[in-house]
Amino acid sequence: MSELILRLHEKLPQWKSVTWAKKNLFNSIFNTILTISIGLLVLNILSSVVSWFFLDATFQGDAKLCRESGGACWAFIFEKSRYIIFGHYPTALVWRPALFIFGVISLFGASFKREFWGKRLFWSWILWLTFSILLLDGRLLGLTHVETTKWGGLPLTLLISFIGIGCSYPFGIILAVARQSNLIVLKTLSVLFIELIRGVPLISILFMASVLFPIFLPDGFTIDKLFRAQVAIILFSGAYMAEVIRGGLQAIPRGQVEAAKSIGLTNSQTLRLVVLPQALRIVIPPTVSTFIGMFKDTSLLVIIALFDLMFTTKSSLSDSEWLGFAREAYIFTAMIYFVCCFSMSRLSKKIEESMPSDGKKGKGVSYGF
Amino acid sequence: MPQIFYSLAFRRHLLQFSVLGIVAALFWFLISNAITNLSEQRIASGFDFLFTEAAFDIGESFIEYSSTSSFLKAFQVGLLNTLLVALIGNIFAVFLGTFIGMARVSSNWLIKKVSDVYIETFRNIPLLLQLFFWYVLISEFLPSVREAEPYLGSVFLTQRGLYFPFPQNILEPTAIALFALISLVMIYRKWRKSNRFDFKPLLLPVVLGAFVLIFGRPLEFTSPMLAGFNFEGGASITPELGALLLGLVLYTAAFIAEIVRSGIESIDRGQVEAGMSLGLKPPLVFQFIVLPQAMRVVVPPLTSQLLNLTKNSSLAVAIGYPDLLNVSNTALNQTGQAVECILIVMLIYLSFSLLTSLVMNIYNKKTAIPGEAR
Repeated sequence: MSELILRLHEKLPQWKSVTWAKKNLFNSIFNTILTISIGLLVLNILSSVVSWFFLDATFQGDAKLCRESGGACWAFIFEKSRYIIFGHYPTALVWRPALFIFGVISLFGASFKREFWGKRLFWSWILWLTFSILLLDGRLLGLTHVETTKWGGLPLTLLISFIGIGCSYPFGIILAVARQSNLIVLKTLSVLFIELIRGVPLISILFMASVLFPIFLPDGFTIDKLFRAQVAIILFSGAYMAEVIRGGLQAIPRGQVEAAKSIGLTNSQTLRLVVLPQALRIVIPPTVSTFIGMFKDTSLLVIIALFDLMFTTKSSLSDSEWLGFAREAYIFTAMIYFVCCFSMSRLSKKIEESMPSDGKKGKGVSYGF
Repeated sequence: MPQIFYSLAFRRHLLQFSVLGIVAALFWFLISNAITNLSEQRIASGFDFLFTEAAFDIGESFIEYSSTSSFLKAFQVGLLNTLLVALIGNIFAVFLGTFIGMARVSSNWLIKKVSDVYIETFRNIPLLLQLFFWYVLISEFLPSVREAEPYLGSVFLTQRGLYFPFPQNILEPTAIALFALISLVMIYRKWRKSNRFDFKPLLLPVVLGAFVLIFGRPLEFTSPMLAGFNFEGGASITPELGALLLGLVLYTAAFIAEIVRSGIESIDRGQVEAGMSLGLKPPLVFQFIVLPQAMRVVVPPLTSQLLNLTKNSSLAVAIGYPDLLNVSNTALNQTGQAVECILIVMLIYLSFSLLTSLVMNIYNKKTAIPGEAR
């Protein structure tokens, strides 16, 4: 038997694809068995997924037609996509959040180009977000006013994440620096805050913001629920940010600080000009992962009944005419989240690759499996 | 400007005192508001409510619980449910994650690609969305109890959950098996240290075996049987618990896989080559050289993932599994004592994470490279 295989091996033509397959798919008996069994499994899954997704799917028509076909009901998504993405924003004014999303996408695309990296890109992001808030609100630009209770769906998710990112980053820096300092009061406060926040689930903090916080305010004094949730998210991811940045601060060699001091820089100058720029650069990849985590975490807002993307998805399911198409709606929303998170992680990878690294240590080593 | 403002020590103290003052003032403001608000709304404060009747039902529970039980008991049920999810979830997540992480560094292209797709898919979709998806899939798209076909004889996968055969006298045999396992491990360790067989530690298992033979009873399996509208006998996993476990395990495993991968790749090529040149085969190099060193890199982020799974199990509240947070929410709505309920939940989660970091610190000290102070 083994002789037969060996002879077969020699008889195979020396095409590139064949040598590649021999090296990467069939390099041992174990791997050959694995390749064939996993390959069959993948083919099996793929074929049923493709037939559900495309071949048996209904792209046009009503719920009755969908139920008869047995495949996915994309007609439902076409019907509901405007609501899922934009929520209750007035139909005639939907161009505003659409413009906001379009701007975010183009700025994000620009962020992938190395030649754009710099202060100008940073300020474009800030400007665009500020402008978008004014645009969605409408009052200051002389447009029809749309209340925050009508904001919803993807624009709200994006807005909360971006504001969360923008505020939690400096907040995290302050916390991390305070934790590293030798001022005992600041250090204790920051350690307490960080460990307290990181020790409890986000959802309990969101409950605190929505249920508990009003108790702590003077009578008759209310703060918008959306704003409270935003603050909760900032505090939460600020604590995680702080730990990431602390890692960067610890990675800066002592010699750097001593060198800065010896040329006469003050403490704050040393921090501002020498330590922080290097520390923040080192931790760009874990910073982006924290941001991705926060973006995903905004989906928890649905639990305290705010109209984020997850909320609009869930409430689109309660249409009595279109019952039973939850899978399609969740897959649609999952794709939106996936595209956002995946592209963010690609951006982080690109930044990581552009930084000097200590070489890819054990990459490409084969352990025989 | 008085001279004193130029003194660094003075400015440092001024900064610290002013921050402390602001924080203290803020707390005083919030707490005094809370006290006046609570007394105006006539909401009782303190933890006396824990001993009053809870008056709500809880879907699933290990310990005896009914709506006439106290709030304290309800919190216990919630805590036990959270611990159950954390325990089972973490075990499966570590196994699946390690498996996928190893597949990720496999030399087999197909396996590598499949695990890559898995990691990217599950990592980049919010856990909550995955939970909703699994819950809908289980509770709406599985066959109903009457139509369910058995797998492997008597396992039923239905809209109302997974039903499978289960021993009714589980506690006693498990305790005995655990005891036997621990003594076996002890023997093995002793044997490895001395390199020759020592008969003394064998005494314990022999005595134990005799004990089991005399007093123990074999496992009494019962299988689920359709009786009226539901199954009877065996054991079951409800759709809520099933969806929660499935979601948590698949999501966390993707993160653990990345940790395992980076741990394996952190080992220097030279180590592998040195092992090979000693004549070790690749799998042995992996087992004896790469894995022990990779563990040092893997364990700290791994524990934080385990903790994440435990904290994320609080998302149970969204699909209706009665975990700690869910029970606390119901209690909050029942009594209006928001401060106390949220405080209990936060303290319990906080003690989980403090306990974990304590264990972690001990582990780090034990496994740190000698001479390299952390």
